[in-house]
Amino acid sequence: MSFTDWLLFLHIASAFALVAALVTFWSVAIAARNVDRPVDSLRYFRISKPANILITVGTIGTLIFGIWLAIDFDAYKVWDGWILIAIVLWAIAAGTGQRGGMTYQQAAQLAGRLDAENRGAEPSAELKAMLQNRQAMWLTIISSVAVLLILIDMIYKPGA
Amino acid sequence: MLAAIRPDSWNFPLLLHVFGAMVLVGGLVTAVTALILGWRRDTAAYTRFAFWTLLVLVLPAYIVMRVGAEWIFSKENFVEGQEPDWIGIGYITADLGALLILITLIVTGIANRRLRSADGGTSVLARVSAVLTSIILAAYIVAMWAMSAKPG
Repeated sequence: MSFTDWLLFLHIASAFALVAALVTFWSVAIAARNVDRPVDSLRYFRISKPANILITVGTIGTLIFGIWLAIDFDAYKVWDGWILIAIVLWAIAAGTGQRGGMTYQQAAQLAGRLDAENRGAEPSAELKAMLQNRQAMWLTIISSVAVLLILIDMIYKPGA
Repeated sequence: MLAAIRPDSWNFPLLLHVFGAMVLVGGLVTAVTALILGWRRDTAAYTRFAFWTLLVLVLPAYIVMRVGAEWIFSKENFVEGQEPDWIGIGYITADLGALLILITLIVTGIANRRLRSADGGTSVLARVSAVLTSIILAAYIVAMWAMSAKPG
């Protein structure tokens, strides 16, 4: 395997990690949407813990290995239109994903605090409101659509 | 940069294949995490979540991935018996993976049903599901390496 092959593998592996994390977040967000007991929500938040690592690895890895690949591969340049589109979409996905994820992080902290106070089995309206936060949901939708558009851009390579 | 320049007519089947594969791996990661978490505690809740993830996410994603794979393979016009190694790895992992996904789905479904009626406790079947799902995930990571690095 050449160095370029390794770069391509790492770039694609990062993309898989990124999408795997989004799939986990969506699965958990949908399953936990009507949950109001901290103890139940904590169960879902535990499932999303590995996804927190995958999203970081995937987000950073796709950008670094993607740019490295564009520099290494003679046929492409970093300033090619489709690569610039991908970088802009990456920034949108990362920004909106981080903003949307903050609400769920706060919900996890609240659930943890209530559970530590032995109130884990009591329904919490505040927790339910956080898990059903429309702004967080929309930010996650925008982030996911941006990732899907990056995938389409990578395959169709408009202008290449 | 998911692939080199190719005819435009190959793009949609490739998109279908890659998108299906990504969701498939994501679904498996989610199911494995839930099943491992349920190894010792809250087994019923985690097994139920894993079962629905396998049924609603992993199985449809596998179908999308496999349809895309067959579609693009039909366009590539490889000479029969002389396909590159990475195609062989892809076929083996995909077909063996399908069998394992179906077995895992059935085993997890039975575990989920038993745990629901037993009202708690742990389950050997759920642990078997955790192992099987981990094997499938490992196989697809190898397939992803073969598809991207294209050995042979």
